[in-house]
Amino acid sequence: MQKISRYLFFIVLFSFFASQSSFAKENKIDLDLKEFIFGHLEDSYEWHITNIGDKRISIPLPVILHSKQTGWHLFLSSQFRKNNGTYKGFSIAPKGSNYEGKIIEYDASGIEIRPLDLSFTKTACSVFINGILLIVIILSVAHWYKSSNHVEAPKGFVGFMEMFITALVNDIIKPTIGDNYRKFTPFLLTLFFFILLNNIMGLIPIFPGGANVTGNISITFVLAFCSFIAINVFGSRAYWKGIIWPDVPIWMKAPPFPILPIIEFFGIFIKPFALMIRLFANIFAGHTIILVLSSLIFITATLGFAINAGMAIVSILFSVFMLFLELLVAFIQAYIFTMLSSMFIGFAQEKK
Amino acid sequence: MSLLLPDSGLVFWMLISFGIVFAILAKYGFPVIMRKVEDREDKINDFLQKVNNAETILAELKTEGDNLISKAKEEQGRILKEAMQRYEKIIKEAQEEAENILQKKLMEANELIRIEKENAVRDIHKQVTELSLNIAEKVLLKKLEDENEQIELINHILEEYSPN
Repeated sequence: MQKISRYLFFIVLFSFFASQSSFAKENKIDLDLKEFIFGHLEDSYEWHITNIGDKRISIPLPVILHSKQTGWHLFLSSQFRKNNGTYKGFSIAPKGSNYEGKIIEYDASGIEIRPLDLSFTKTACSVFINGILLIVIILSVAHWYKSSNHVEAPKGFVGFMEMFITALVNDIIKPTIGDNYRKFTPFLLTLFFFILLNNIMGLIPIFPGGANVTGNISITFVLAFCSFIAINVFGSRAYWKGIIWPDVPIWMKAPPFPILPIIEFFGIFIKPFALMIRLFANIFAGHTIILVLSSLIFITATLGFAINAGMAIVSILFSVFMLFLELLVAFIQAYIFTMLSSMFIGFAQEKK
Repeated sequence: MSLLLPDSGLVFWMLISFGIVFAILAKYGFPVIMRKVEDREDKINDFLQKVNNAETILAELKTEGDNLISKAKEEQGRILKEAMQRYEKIIKEAQEEAENILQKKLMEANELIRIEKENAVRDIHKQVTELSLNIAEKVLLKKLEDENEQIELINHILEEYSPN
């Protein structure tokens, strides 16, 4: 315990001096907190790592566009910075624009148009990296099982993963779906580990982690869409009958006011919608809180030594606490998303 | 509100990424793991079943063995008892036989004694007869001489033949 507190002390001291040295020179720096936080949370065309002095260190990512006027374009996002923000007629929309932060072009009359934007952005890149990581992890685990005829239970990392997998299958997937759970097991396990890995990678502050992947609505939208497909495409006859002609008094489902079929119909879409929003909001909020706590140090840098030192300590302690909490949330959200998907699939599999 | 609107480009890349990850893991990842884990579970259940069966069989064997032992003990008791009975019977028979033999011997001895006695009696008869004849002879021979002498002579002969 003493050791830990000593480490903490040094960390606090170090961060404090770091903040002092970078901000002491230009005391009047006006830190736009909103921009700072949203800059970290939102998707971007380059992977910004840090600034050393005024030098910006970032990884440029490919921009892929299709404009109705000029056709397909492929170039690195660093071209914008090199060419003063405009390259081949494209630019990143300024603050206050409808498409703030996105790539736009102007038509002949000077109106902003959004081209078809398939850019390989920071979040897309992060998803790709995490996806490869996930494939490597799971295949290496599968390789252990394939490589030889093990009789004993696995130890170490493989055993750890087996614990996860068997817990998910036996405690969630089997009880909620029932007999034909085998068909959905790979999807639900992929869903769980994909979300979990992306959540955890999002908590690691430096490249290749740190991207706010599962806190991005596009990502959760795709995940929820996949669940939507899994629920409805494989839905049983009884499930569809329950929506169109539920087992209620006739006046509740007959044409003049078919209230229940309408509710059930919206339910089809609301279920995955809730999944999408829940994961997005939880992870987004977690990232926001950690960023706000971290930026407390920089906000108070102008308020004098004593306040800044105090806030630095408080901020570090809270950030550590929040990171542990987020670790828990990372697991819980992956678990909940999988469990609810599994339950919805289970409802759609009902026999009679 | 761009925060809450899915971005088409990112959705596109996410679909591709997630699709690839799902396709690979659903084909080479999870089914392999699940199959092996289930195989192992089946094997463990199988082993447990076998152990259970073995235990039942063992218990059966044990009761069988116990039965055999108790039966053997019974048999042993029975045999011992029989042997004892036979032993007693043999002794009894031997005793009876011995008694019989003794009886027989006794009877034989009695017979012998009787025969001897008869013989002796016959002998005595014979001797008495002979004696009587001798006496008669001698009496006849001395008859002529003197009556007193005759009586004396008879007494004398008698004395001669008397035992002791």
